[in-house]
Amino acid sequence: MSLWERIYLPEIARGLFTSIKHLFRPKFVRQYPEEKWDAPASFRGRPVLVQEDNGVERCVACGLCSRVCPPLAIEVQASETELLKERYPVRFEINMLRCIFCGFCEEVCPEEAIVMSQDYELTFRKYSDALYGKDKLLTPKAKLKDRLEFLRQMRTSK
Amino acid sequence: MIVEALIKIVALLLIVLTSVAYLVLLERWICAWLQDRIGPNRVGPLGLLQPLADVLKLLLKEDIEPTAAQGWYHWLAPVISITVAISALAIVPFGASLVLGGHTVNIAVASGVNIGVLYIIALTSVGVYGITLAGWSSGSKYSLLGGLRSSAQMISYELTLGLGLVSVVMLSGSLDMTNIIHSQIAGGWNILRAPLGFLLFITSSFAETNRQPFDLPEAEPELVGGYHTEYSSMKWALFFLSEYANMITASAVMTVLFLGGWHVPFFDLSSMNPIAQAAIGVGAMAVKMFAIIFFFMWVRWSIPRFRYDQLMDLGWKVLLPLGILNIVLTALEKTYLL
Repeated sequence: MSLWERIYLPEIARGLFTSIKHLFRPKFVRQYPEEKWDAPASFRGRPVLVQEDNGVERCVACGLCSRVCPPLAIEVQASETELLKERYPVRFEINMLRCIFCGFCEEVCPEEAIVMSQDYELTFRKYSDALYGKDKLLTPKAKLKDRLEFLRQMRTSK
Repeated sequence: MIVEALIKIVALLLIVLTSVAYLVLLERWICAWLQDRIGPNRVGPLGLLQPLADVLKLLLKEDIEPTAAQGWYHWLAPVISITVAISALAIVPFGASLVLGGHTVNIAVASGVNIGVLYIIALTSVGVYGITLAGWSSGSKYSLLGGLRSSAQMISYELTLGLGLVSVVMLSGSLDMTNIIHSQIAGGWNILRAPLGFLLFITSSFAETNRQPFDLPEAEPELVGGYHTEYSSMKWALFFLSEYANMITASAVMTVLFLGGWHVPFFDLSSMNPIAQAAIGVGAMAVKMFAIIFFFMWVRWSIPRFRYDQLMDLGWKVLLPLGILNIVLTALEKTYLL
């Protein structure tokens, strides 16, 4: 350190001057609750179930997602159906207090039926509110276009 | 007389306690502005009701008392802290005395205390007891270490604080706060007559009020929380409030001792009516105090915290010799210049 720096006070004054300059600078933070952030397609938000255009879920209740889930957050109960795909989940529940947003469920899903959405706003007031059933999970395919397109690109590029 | 004193005490308490709450908000705003953020703006218009929300939350929080805590000492510690912080303000004259219909009103809770400066020094040293007692009575080793650390810090800076004060006393020839202001009105502000003394005083005030860069008592990275780790809800808030009350006291004392108190320079007020004079005086005092408080906050968000040994080095090896040098310089000035 030079003598000027070792006197210390001039350097303090310089530091103070640096910080006071910021009082007059424009603020560049996002006004979050009013200004939302648009997540990119690669973002892993909360997992959702893809709902086909005819209102039926893609899921065939194979249970792979539930099997692969590290924190054991997913519970699937299968039943049979008259539709071409033959099986469907009677109950599909993700405990959002357990979910760690790892995306393994999406990776393992053979039907591309469970995907990570762009939704990052998750708050609950009660434990029971954190159990997401089919009512909260099913999301129309149109809304998940970006993510589905992103996944397709990821798979073809491999 | 008693009624007048009571009115003054209640007014002072109300003003100090509300301004303490709003200083917390101001600090958060200044922090945000210096970091190019916007700061609290959620509760009420412009976030102005934030202090109310904070106080409500703190009052409603569960008050946890650790099983190892030493009973009522645990209660006493925050009480000492806040009492000392506020009672030092009692002798600060916020304005010149006001003559109303033959009756003289002093704008200070206790005016004409002829040992004013000694009272301030005595009270600020009692503040250490609050912190040490908090550390010890928590029954936690970490709190104890935090408390000891802060008492070591505060004691080492009290000497410099005192030496800074001595130069003011030498220049004014009085320990009475009002006389000190009058001597400054006559002979120029003490910040010009003893700049080194002011520098020493403001530096040690930072340490005394536990403000950054000397806020070792609550250095979270090393100590978790220091002396108040085991405190919760309103008891914890009392420590927090006493930090801000201390800041008000320090700024008031500094204004009186070095910045000419209620004196407005280059402006003759004597032709105005007494009430306007008093109002302008109190206003000037408030503006000066606010400037110092703003400086406290500005420094806090600019300079990183000192390490413990650096702090001790600065206190004993740099500031203390400078304090003695300051007294010599003031003596020379007094003998040959004034």
